[in-house]
Amino acid sequence: MTAAALAPSPTPTPQAPAAPSAAHAQAVERAAIDASTSGPVLFFFGNGLLWLLLATVLGFISSIQLHSPGFLADIPFLTYGRILPAFTNALGYGWATLSGMGVAIWLLARLCRVQIKWPGVLITGAIFWQIGLTIGIVQILAGKSTGVEGLEIPGSSAVLMLLGYALVGLWGALLFGYRRQGTAYISVWYLVAAMFWFPWTFALAHISVAMPSVQGVVQNLVGAWAVQNFLNIFITSIGLAAAYYLIPKVINRPVHSYNLASTGFWSFILFTGLTGAVRLSGGPVPVWIVTLSIAATILLIVQLVTVSANLLLTMRGQYHMVYHSPTIRFTFFGAIAFSLAGVTGLFSSLRSVDRVLHFTHFQSAQSYLLLYAFFSMVMFGAIYYILPRLVGCEWLSSSMISLHFWGAAYGGGMLIAILGIAGIAYGSALADPETLFSQVIDAGAVYYIAASIAWGMILIGHLVFALHFLLMLLRIGQPGGEPTLFAPIGEEKH
Amino acid sequence: MNRSLTLFAGIIGSFAFSCYALLIVPQRQLGGLQPQFTEDEGKITDIYPVKNEGLEAGRAVYKSEGCVYCHSQQIRDEQNGTDIFRGWGVRRTVARDYIFEKAPFLGSMRLGPDLANVGSPEWRNEPKDEDPKYKPAKRDAAWHLLHLYAPQTVIKNSNMPPYRYLFETRKIVSQPSADALALTGKDAPKPGYEVVPKAEAKVLVGYLMSLNKSHPLKEVKGSAPEVAAK
Repeated sequence: MTAAALAPSPTPTPQAPAAPSAAHAQAVERAAIDASTSGPVLFFFGNGLLWLLLATVLGFISSIQLHSPGFLADIPFLTYGRILPAFTNALGYGWATLSGMGVAIWLLARLCRVQIKWPGVLITGAIFWQIGLTIGIVQILAGKSTGVEGLEIPGSSAVLMLLGYALVGLWGALLFGYRRQGTAYISVWYLVAAMFWFPWTFALAHISVAMPSVQGVVQNLVGAWAVQNFLNIFITSIGLAAAYYLIPKVINRPVHSYNLASTGFWSFILFTGLTGAVRLSGGPVPVWIVTLSIAATILLIVQLVTVSANLLLTMRGQYHMVYHSPTIRFTFFGAIAFSLAGVTGLFSSLRSVDRVLHFTHFQSAQSYLLLYAFFSMVMFGAIYYILPRLVGCEWLSSSMISLHFWGAAYGGGMLIAILGIAGIAYGSALADPETLFSQVIDAGAVYYIAASIAWGMILIGHLVFALHFLLMLLRIGQPGGEPTLFAPIGEEKH
Repeated sequence: MNRSLTLFAGIIGSFAFSCYALLIVPQRQLGGLQPQFTEDEGKITDIYPVKNEGLEAGRAVYKSEGCVYCHSQQIRDEQNGTDIFRGWGVRRTVARDYIFEKAPFLGSMRLGPDLANVGSPEWRNEPKDEDPKYKPAKRDAAWHLLHLYAPQTVIKNSNMPPYRYLFETRKIVSQPSADALALTGKDAPKPGYEVVPKAEAKVLVGYLMSLNKSHPLKEVKGSAPEVAAK
């Protein structure tokens, strides 16, 4: 007997057994809700995917420039120092935010059992967001960045983005306000947290940076706080919300423990907001701020353990689903990456480790682990689950899904491993007083070509996914009803 | 509906606490930092840091080219890395060093050396050693310009991109210009042509050569006892 079944109010979503007629009524209701979300959610996913392709190309170029510094160096707007922030902004505010909002809106509508009215408002929001983001990235490429790492987009464009977000956030809040499901499922908690934290962080950070009284290193602190909240609260919350929904749903059993989920959520929301200053560890800020953030990062072990245990225990005995279901394969990969990111984040925040790894590619590896291997993989899993319910047909080809997984999981995993190892090698060389700086450069250089190969694999994966997505939009797929699986359930490979 | 109330209170409360701890308190502590100075019989001398509007143009080029994505501008103390040993600075940098900077370029990556003190004549990118093979190059304006135009000509295995678009190649009229780069080999322009820095390159080099955060500060122990004792 699982704890969920004993909880005072059972978790509603994953497959409450019901009488056939009630099940039919529920299916009709779900179909109606899905239909109401299809316009905006498809718009979010489709646009998010375009940003993902742009980000992949920019990331690929920036990776090539590490081993071939002359590559595209004579074109001012493609120089490394402009490509890199354009890449991170396209990935974070383009792909991650749009795909995340698409999943969030769809999940909220489903879990609150509310149909979306005036879907045009959501689409308008996404359009404003993207106009602001496009202008912002053009400004970065034109050399008009604010110079604050993580807040490179100039304030004027950020205002447009925030305006667009406000429409989406308002609709999300209305979905929650009009919910017809008495008890909010765990995913809903995370989604409400994400939708509240993000706009306030984004707005406050841009306002603070623009204020004349805020100057010097406080601005770096604001930037670190904003990046940390974006990655570790907004993105992480949506990823966990989706994982908590998809895993129980596809393997058809309730989430293992409501109490573990609750403990995980509350420790997450209490401590994560204090962790931002680890990004400035060792730097010219008062020591207490960094100490506070390290302490908060260590306390997050509570969330790490409870969430990991809960998802693993939910999957217990059903690991073969990784072999059959695309959604589970991507989502479970993401869940593992979440745990791994928690562990590496914990260790790398410790002063003794940070002083070696601070100014190296290990930091990028850590960010990609969270943003790509965890979040993006869960989003891919969610899109594989959601899209057939919106367009009325199933994914055309399991080989294309396999190829996408190959590029994303192997390419992405390889990239993260290479950057992580490169960071350790580079940091160790830098920390060794006997090593000349030119030798430090060489310690990193051996890894960069391998990183570019990994980027190539990721690009192939994303192109295949985009093509598959386009086919779905054109309703070219298998007839609806049964999900496209890698292999029929019950047929084990070994 | 008590549960949603708890949820909202928790989310808003945790956000407020996060803002308070990481934005408001640090701003209160650091927002009012003033330059350090020595007061001697009513005469104020030795003010540090000082505001220098003249460097803003060069700073803007540094910002727009994204130098910060490979070069940090912060020195950690001896316990936290080899920064001082390598010759990037003589003391760690602290918040007061940055009070006149809008968006300080602290940086989070060191694909290249730290530049917090690159304008100081003592700056070096090699361990302190009397061995002549570590002897640093004299980094004057001509060196910096050449390094920006073709980094690999001055540092063999540098992975810094060239910034040729900050320069122009033009035909020599009557006499070569005084600021033409001394280029040789494959980097040299065609005969009868010369490579000269654009205004952006000149102000950028001016900014780089101004970077120096080695002035002693009271809050940094050991940075210069005779001044700090005051």
